[in-house]
Order: sequence, then C-alpha cells, then structure tokens
Amino acid sequence: MRDVAVIGVGMTKWGELWEKSFRDIFVESALLALDDAGVDRIDSMYVGSMSSGLFVGQEHIASLLADYLGQAPIPSTRVETACASGGLALRLGFMEVASGMSDVVLVGGIEKMTDVSGDEATYALGSAADQEYEGYHGITFPGLYALIARAHMEKYGTTREQLALVAVKNHKNGAKNPLAQFPFEITVDSVLNSVMIADPLRLLDCSPITDGAAAAVIVPVEVAKKMKKPVIKILGTGHATDTIALSSRKDITWLESTYQAAKQAYDMADKKPEDINFIEVHDCFTIAEICVLEALGIVEKGKGGEAYEDELTFLEGKIPVNTSGGLKAKGHPVGATGVAQVIEIVKQLRGEAGKRQIKDPRIGMAQNMGGSGGSSVVHIFERE
Amino acid sequence: MPTPSRYWREIPQRYRFEANKCKNCGIVFFPPRLICPECKKREFEETKLAEKGKILTYTIIRVPPRQFVDQAPYAVGIVELDDGVKLTAQIVDCDFEDLKIGLKVKLEFRKIFDEGEAGILCYGYKFVPE
Ligand SMILES: [Zn+2]
Repeated sequence: MRDVAVIGVGMTKWGELWEKSFRDIFVESALLALDDAGVDRIDSMYVGSMSSGLFVGQEHIASLLADYLGQAPIPSTRVETACASGGLALRLGFMEVASGMSDVVLVGGIEKMTDVSGDEATYALGSAADQEYEGYHGITFPGLYALIARAHMEKYGTTREQLALVAVKNHKNGAKNPLAQFPFEITVDSVLNSVMIADPLRLLDCSPITDGAAAAVIVPVEVAKKMKKPVIKILGTGHATDTIALSSRKDITWLESTYQAAKQAYDMADKKPEDINFIEVHDCFTIAEICVLEALGIVEKGKGGEAYEDELTFLEGKIPVNTSGGLKAKGHPVGATGVAQVIEIVKQLRGEAGKRQIKDPRIGMAQNMGGSGGSSVVHIFERE
Repeated sequence: MPTPSRYWREIPQRYRFEANKCKNCGIVFFPPRLICPECKKREFEETKLAEKGKILTYTIIRVPPRQFVDQAPYAVGIVELDDGVKLTAQIVDCDFEDLKIGLKVKLEFRKIFDEGEAGILCYGYKFVPE
C-alpha cells in the first residue's frame, strides 16, 4: 500500500443556507479544497451523504456533483453509513489512492437539511435507527441518546452537569471558529435550563439541523512532498459496525463500533491513545462525546464524565477534543460532518486554526459515527 | 405511515410476539433471524417472547415524531425480558416519577398510534408495570 496524505481542504460557513442549493453548497466547498491543494482536476471522487433522497428528493448525487464540479466523466461514488458517511468517504478515497488505482481523489460530504420541515427532517434522521423495532415505538434520535445517557448516569454516576460541560466546552471552541453555525459561548446554566427534549437530554445537549458541505483532496505522500503544502499523512484508518438497534447491544453504554474502528486505526498507525495530541469526535449529543472518549481509550470505561470536571478535553487541556466546536457548535449536516472533522485536524496540524490553534500538535484523530453507534469510522493523521 | 403490506408482514412479531431461538447456543432472537450472529449456525426453533422483564433504561419523549404528537409526553424504555431479549417500547400505565431502572414490567398488546386522517390503527406491544 502507498502512503496517503491530505493536501487540500475546503469548507464554507455552515448554517441555515436558504439562499444556496444542494449542488452549490457542495461545489463551493469542493472548489476551495481544489484551490487549497493547487489542482484543477481529479481522478475520482467520493461523496458522503446520509439522506439526500429524503432531504432534497435527489438521488444519483455522485454524478450530479461530479458534473457541477466540472469533473465528469471521472468516476464518482456516493457513500452512505448514516452520520458517518463523510468519514467513510475519506476511508474509501484513502483505499483508492493507497492501492495505486488513482493519484488525486476528492473526498467530500454534504447534507442540505433545511429544505424540508422539522418533522420531515426528524423522519429522515430517524431512518438511521431501526424503523420497525425502534422508530415504530415512537423513539427519536435524542431519545436513543437519552437512553444511553440515563444508563451511563446510573451505571457510572455521570452527572447532568458533566453532560452540560461537553456542550459548554464545544461552544467555547466554536466561538473561535468563523465557519461554525453557532459561534458563541453558552453556560452550564443555559444548558440546564434549556427545554427538555428527551429526559435527561435538553435542547442544548443536541447538535442542530444544518446545511453544509466539506471536501478534502488526497494524494500519495510521494506526490504531496513535491507540493508546497505541509504533508498531513493519514497514518491509520478503521471502520466497524454494530447493531443499529440500540436495545440489541450487550452494553447500552458502550460504543463497540467505535472501539473496534479505533483499534484498527491505532494498530495500522502503530500508535496508542496516549500518542494522540487532539481529537475531533462525533458529539451529536453531549453523552455521545463522553462515551466516545471511553471507546477510544482516552479515558477509562465509565470515567468519561469526570474528564470534564478537570477540563482535560478543553482547548488548554491535555487532550483537546472538538477544537472546531464539534457537531454541537459547528453544526451537523450529517453527511458532511466526517469530512469537516478532517478539515479541523488538517488546519490544526498546519497551524492554520487561528484563535483556536493548539500548540504545535503532531498527531490528530477523527472519530465519526452513524446512528446510535451502528457504525463508526476512525482516522489518525500525522504532520510529516 | 406503514403501507398495508409492510404492516401486515410484521404482525407475527407485533401481535403474537413470535421470536426464534438458536438451536446451538440457545439465544432467543426478536425479530427472528436467519443466521445466529454468535455461532453462525442456521438452525432455529420457533418460540415466543417471555412476557416479563425489567427496565434497563428509559426516557420521556417530549418532542415526538408526527404520528405520536397526540401522545407526548410519553415514556420509552429498553427492557430486558426474562429470556434475555432486549426490546425498545413505550412504558405506559405508570407515572413518570415512578419509573426507575430495574422496575419490573410486563409486555402487553396495545395501540401504538393512529394512522393520520385515514384513521387506521397501528398495534403492537408496550410495557406496563407488573
Ligand atoms: Zn447460535
């Protein structure tokens, strides 16, 4: 296998982009990635999108987007594994470059979620759960994570305040990210007084509905070395599945797919959790970030909540988590999220993260997750 | 929401709680499966769900999907039945304050939601305290 590097990244501001179409949102970010890489043509592309069919009534988007990016007739592939679609697009692009099949591949992700009503968006997102055995009984996505939260609080003593600190920390970081949907700070009190959605989770425990896209260009490391940009190498990749029905898992509080995907990525990269300098994780709900840190081996099983008491994961902490603002503050256009995580890792490793720049990081990790944990994708990156 | 064929197809599980059991390792599956994820064997015997169990976790849904709007707020939990099967369903006939992890419940056949203006009723199982 050839070594692979990220040489270009692109993302425009996320939010409720009523004035912009599905195709334009994608192409704007993809063009930024091509410009950043300094290329005007690509060999192939992968696009992550969870549910363009339900959100904008458009399937066959890989060809549509390749066309509007001015790249047809190159091969273009849509990738779907719910909210982890973007991360999986990167993994498949990585495999294509590593195998020698292609030299320059664009990996992107997109979701345009505000062209439908809130009800319809809830339905589309709910399709990532088991429709016959979860959705039929009236459970929602906040509800599924609330089930995890309640079980985690009971089993490990995780507190309501610790959950709130996840959102507070992510908004603190997001306030320093000009591309974030909600670039402002919130307090523990505002989280604890926000409207209850599914006990014990409140509105400010939940990531928002967002329009947005993100894209990256990957090439063999040998090619990257001839270009002007810093070489950000993809050291390891992992991808794993679990039951999509939360109830079928042996331990409701444990994200086995994340554990398994991380294990693959650590093994491939020949790294351990303590080698990682900073992480972007899938905080679709506050409890998710706590469970993910446990599954990644950053903290012991059951100790995820405590990590927020001593600010371990804050921007100035030992291992900053979600320096971008995470899904909570940056926004969560589901199919784009996994690629946006890569963008944050690359910006931090290049020293281009502005006010949220951490000091001289060398190794970053991204964890992207589908549904209530039915799929996970993990990547580890290193600045050469 | 479900089309007639899709609704009809699930009746053995939703009305009669039909499950199956791996002949090799004895694990009960609901809904029934064609291959056992533990031992990969494909020999099963038909069985029915144990109808008693305990709450593993629960929540109260306050922002519901459209077809549940008239029911909110309502409790949903994951219950482990005495045969080891774990199910997600509503917990009813119980004050929210009385819900707790470990509470003993039993499975009952109930209406799940009304199918909008057509007035079709969709049925299935819910949990009630024992
Ligand atoms: Zn078996």
